[in-house]
Amino acid sequence: MILVYVEINKGRVKKASLECVNYASKIAELTGSSVTAMVNHADASQLEEIGKAGANKILSIKNDRLNSDGIYISAAIEQAVKSENAKVVIFAFDITGKAVAPRLSARLRAGLVAGAVDYPVINGTSFEVRKNVFSGKATALYSITSDIKIISLLPNSFPVILKNNHASVSDFEIDFSGISSPIVVKETKTNDSGGMAPLPEAELVVSAGRGLKGPENWGMVEDLAKSLGATTACSRPVADMHWRPHHEHVGQTGVAIRPNLYIAIGISGAIQHLAGVNGSKTIVVINNDKEAPFFKSADYGVIGDAFSIVPKLTAAIKKFKINQN
Amino acid sequence: MPPMKILVAISNVPDTTTKIQFTDADTKFNASGVTFVINPYDEWYALVRALELKEANLAEKITLIHVGAPDSEATIRKGFALGADDAVRINMEAQDALTVAEQIANYAQSNSYELILVGKETINYNGSSVGAMIAGVLNQPFVSLATKLNIAGNTATIEHDIDGGTQIVECSLPLVVSCAKGMAEQRIPNMRGIMAARTKPLTVIQPIESNPLTSIKSFALSTGRTSCKMIGEDNLDELVHLLHTEAKVI
Ligand SMILES: Cc1cc2nc3c(=O)[nH]c(=O)nc-3n(C[C@H](O)[C@H](O)[C@H](O)COP(=O)(O)OP(=O)(O)OC[C@H]3O[C@@H](n4cnc5c(N)ncnc54)[C@H](O)[C@@H]3O)c2cc1C
Ligand SMILES: Nc1ncnc2c1ncn2[C@@H]1O[C@H](COP(=O)(O)O)[C@@H](O)[C@H]1O
Repeated sequence: MILVYVEINKGRVKKASLECVNYASKIAELTGSSVTAMVNHADASQLEEIGKAGANKILSIKNDRLNSDGIYISAAIEQAVKSENAKVVIFAFDITGKAVAPRLSARLRAGLVAGAVDYPVINGTSFEVRKNVFSGKATALYSITSDIKIISLLPNSFPVILKNNHASVSDFEIDFSGISSPIVVKETKTNDSGGMAPLPEAELVVSAGRGLKGPENWGMVEDLAKSLGATTACSRPVADMHWRPHHEHVGQTGVAIRPNLYIAIGISGAIQHLAGVNGSKTIVVINNDKEAPFFKSADYGVIGDAFSIVPKLTAAIKKFKINQN
Repeated sequence: MPPMKILVAISNVPDTTTKIQFTDADTKFNASGVTFVINPYDEWYALVRALELKEANLAEKITLIHVGAPDSEATIRKGFALGADDAVRINMEAQDALTVAEQIANYAQSNSYELILVGKETINYNGSSVGAMIAGVLNQPFVSLATKLNIAGNTATIEHDIDGGTQIVECSLPLVVSCAKGMAEQRIPNMRGIMAARTKPLTVIQPIESNPLTSIKSFALSTGRTSCKMIGEDNLDELVHLLHTEAKVI
């Protein structure tokens, strides 16, 4: 059986979790197994969506401690692995998955591949799965030899497909006796994303760099993003100079993203920037320097002044959207 | 103040600008001619913050720990030059994240550190795994992606990134923390530090038995983009058209 840990965030099943359920159902198909999803505080429509993503069975949990820290989440999954006899456990390679999957790996002594980008190749007892290494400059094929195997899946590696599938739901009680965490939450702040999809989940991203000269010029970037329904991002110096909030910074030291479309405006394309964005499916670069290194990593390029190109591109997108309707 | 010892786990990685190449039929990383450095997160954030805590008299001793072969000692000395007091190298090739974590946890357990700091991820294997694994082995709490860390007595106050926001938490020690941008600023070692680095104690210890459960079978370079289609600035309708029909992303 393949166990998937699913999270609800801001009233919705996380997109990265649905990707994991899809991924697990593909592995189940390959191995003639089934998928059990584990979720906390899900309502009827969320449970239905998890079923449509491919879960056969859902362990429905109602326990407030499960939202707090990795000690509890890991302990809960450990109990489910044992009671359901799971052989493969799938997480999203997101903030929760990065904190919990390794702890579970250590607790169960189960091999972990963190940040998988493809389906595992399974042949008899051999189990191999690919992940990115060297900040996206290469991939490595990992073999896992333990009895229980853990994979965390890099978000946006596969599109979410919902089918006419229905999961059986059963309540799952967790025994937290003897388990406690000394971590006390004092304050929680939510990033103001202005209604945009969070960066790690965003399919369309419009990003700008130092070429924009100052924070007062971001209006046109936001307009372009709005015309597309995209999320805004920025290069590191832009966040360091406080032109944009820290959580918008993408790259090696910031958030790593892999949207379908990444539009880079006035960003030179330094290797540390590319490390966080080169997994994007399509990259458009707008830069007034025809020698800017980013053009070597782009699919489409426009050479010229961002201050005249960006508003024109926004107008072209708006026209396209109107014609589509 | 209770005497506090901080263990900083440092990894030895190719400099960020390294051109990545493989040898032995793409089964090994080609290290020849490559400059190795302390993994940036371990150096700029974990180590420098530990040094700041010591300078503020909130910590007594900063020990570096590294799991790796003798050739990484030059990297460990860089950590000395920045100000770490001593170091331990566990003498084995780092194989997978769990075996590295088990070695570090074993050492930490028998030498009782109040705080273990790791980087948010290594820039070569990008696992973001070792810190939470150490915490798992030791059955200690773990706070990931810390951007601020303060200590008062036996309690750490930490600001860290969570899904879609940030959070401030308090936790009694011992504790494992992974460090990200914001914790501290990069430092350049000074001459005195560099001189002192030569004589600081670096202890080599033999690994405990721990079998790796994962291994790399082969590497492949990511296929770069082959060509960039240039579009005239007065032809942006064409760009939108291509994004729709060719790239199929809008
Ligand atoms: C270890 C390490 C980690 C790092 N991590 C990151 C990271 O995570 N993310 C990151 O982004 N950087 C990171 N950096 C920094 C990185 O090396 C670059 O310095 C940074 O990405 C440059 O940002 P930029 O492209 O916005 O600015 P610049 O390099 O200054 O580029 C500005 C670009 O704008 C163009 N431009 C100027 N005016 C216009 C105009 N009117 N119209 C159009 N184009 C214009 C210029 O031609 C130029 O190409 C890191 C560096 C190190 C050493
Ligand atoms: N071989 C190693 N020796 C010591 N510390 C390590 C080693 N590998 C990883 N670490 C630590 O664990 C962190 C996370 O590594 P990783 O899980 O590989 O992304 C790094 O930033 C280091 O602090």
